[in-house]
Amino acid sequence: MVSSAAPQVSTPARVKADLKHTILSRMWKDKVARTALIGLFLLYFSALFADLLTPYGMEFNDPNVGNAPATLLHIHNDNGELCLPYVYQVKQENDPTTYRQTFSEIKTSKYPVKFLVKGESYKLLGLIPMDLHLFGVDSPARIYLLGADMNGRDNYSRLFFGAQKSLTIGFLGLFIAFPIGIFYGAMAGYIGGMADNLMMRFAEAVMSIPSFYLLIGLAAVLPLGMTSSQRFALITVILSFISWPGLARVIRGMVLSIREEEFVQAAKSVGMPEVTNIIKHVIPQTASYVVIAATLQVPNFILAESGLSLIGLGIQQPDASWGNMLKAAMDQPNELLSQPWLIAPGFLIFFTILCFNSIGDVLRDVLDPKLSGGR
Amino acid sequence: MSTPVYIFKRILQALPLLFLISLMAFTMLKLSPIDPLAAMRANPSVSQAAIQAEEERLGLNKPAPVQYAIWLTSTLQGNLGVSTTGGSVAVRLMQHAGNTLLLNIVTLFFTWLIALPAGVYAAVHRGKFLDKLFGLITAIGMSMPTFLLAFLFLMFALATHWLPIGGMTSSDFAERDTLSQILDIAYHLIIPVCVLTFVSLAGIQRQVRSNLLDVLRADYVRSARAKGLSEEVVIYKHALRNAINPLITLLGFEFAGLLSGAALTEMVLAYPGLGRLTLEGVLTKDMNLVMASIMLGAVMLITGNLVADLLLKFTDPRITVE
Repeated sequence: MVSSAAPQVSTPARVKADLKHTILSRMWKDKVARTALIGLFLLYFSALFADLLTPYGMEFNDPNVGNAPATLLHIHNDNGELCLPYVYQVKQENDPTTYRQTFSEIKTSKYPVKFLVKGESYKLLGLIPMDLHLFGVDSPARIYLLGADMNGRDNYSRLFFGAQKSLTIGFLGLFIAFPIGIFYGAMAGYIGGMADNLMMRFAEAVMSIPSFYLLIGLAAVLPLGMTSSQRFALITVILSFISWPGLARVIRGMVLSIREEEFVQAAKSVGMPEVTNIIKHVIPQTASYVVIAATLQVPNFILAESGLSLIGLGIQQPDASWGNMLKAAMDQPNELLSQPWLIAPGFLIFFTILCFNSIGDVLRDVLDPKLSGGR
Repeated sequence: MSTPVYIFKRILQALPLLFLISLMAFTMLKLSPIDPLAAMRANPSVSQAAIQAEEERLGLNKPAPVQYAIWLTSTLQGNLGVSTTGGSVAVRLMQHAGNTLLLNIVTLFFTWLIALPAGVYAAVHRGKFLDKLFGLITAIGMSMPTFLLAFLFLMFALATHWLPIGGMTSSDFAERDTLSQILDIAYHLIIPVCVLTFVSLAGIQRQVRSNLLDVLRADYVRSARAKGLSEEVVIYKHALRNAINPLITLLGFEFAGLLSGAALTEMVLAYPGLGRLTLEGVLTKDMNLVMASIMLGAVMLITGNLVADLLLKFTDPRITVE
């Protein structure tokens, strides 16, 4: 037998495994892609273990320190010698002439920063009950590394909880939009004729509505009294709804040429049902395009969610998302200099998108050299 | 097929599309639970009769299909109706659309002014320092959310007091003479134009660069070089002209986004454009206003695609329209 005599003959499974191996290893060899992969891993890790890594919970608030600046970490003791970091309790005062809030430290007692302290209880990954936090200080002092928002909540902690919403919405959106887009496009391209024409007209109509207007219009449709998880789910659905037609159109174009290929015709001629034929033979051919498009689509979802939350139509308070945290910056632009941490969520959005785009670019070079612009 | 016939056919095809869009947009808005007269109803000093008169005026007391029919016929007659806040929708729309057009056309101009030479330079001097620098800048530009950049510019303006903080005109705008009014608007345009240019620059510069690189690998470029033509002639006369096609398609997209592409930037920078107007309209369920601005955006999108196809036909005789 040929295969036993020549072990290097590759079975389809082997080829697949090799291909996967080379894609991953080539991605890993690329400095940019490796950095981006590590960056994304850190982001998702932080979101997953948000409760453990932050000193306070998402809804923890201390009304006495609303709009307080970042807590100062002191590392010198009274004699000016280096010591373990400690903080002071912060007191808010109103200046009677300018009506501005001022914050001063109460220097009577020091509160050392402790690691792995017991704090608010929570459920790690939604399952394991715990009350351990990576770091924290004893009450009544607070450790607010990026200051407090107007309700006295910890911006630093809320960034982590915001990441949970902002980062998952991208992938959840993909899971809705891509199956619809791929299947719709594949059906239209494969069936052809009148059905194709009608299906594509509908997709074009959705595409021809300016996407941001469609987005705010659909977000305004959401009923007002919804729980936060319902709202989150429906916003994901809306984001998916505006993004499937573009994909459907490209997939249709690819399917138009794939359906003429001999192996598809052969399957058809031996009587394979059309739907099976599409799923088994046609759609897999579009895989590399779909993988690239998916990587480059996630940033769009993240951007759309944050844009929507920024203007107040997305994730609602008291839930945190990077977009609705930025709303504080938009509502009080004159405070941007005195509270620069207000735009911290913007930098996280930028960093996340940068990572996804870099991975997408490298993935395109690896999977489809024809498409890469020689960069 | 001759060009006028082609244009006519495309417009005919667009009509059912526009109908479908209007139907979808209307259904979407009707589903929204916002009550446009909530403020009036909550105010005890407003009489029932006044509310009914207002409902009558806005056509809110009729069933939805009838409302749609009324909207459709009056729109076809060129009447966009009245806004909930009073006043003609057409007038408000035109004002804000004018502001948005101004912003986006200036942006478009600067984007191409910078992106085209930068792309050509990067392709010709591939792998050199400036190419890598452009690569870095465009990578940042591709990933930069417009609102973050707008916030950064606002911080810069606050720190230096060199630039205005949002808006389109100063508070004493009405008292100024024409020249100083124009200068005032230009002064207020600096931040939004910088934000939008930086973000849209990236995609176009990359496209110019990669198209030109593809063409520079072609056989006819090699033969042009082989017969001793100067490098300038090879690049500008042979290569660049052939690399221009995908850029025209891009230009069509940009044209399509002229009215709706900058919505978020407008909101962050408090620029009185169409995006802000539409958002206000959606939040107060101003049917006539939102319908008109969605339809305007859709028409621009369809026209943009048509213009791109026509331009392609003019620049490339190999392309035949069908």
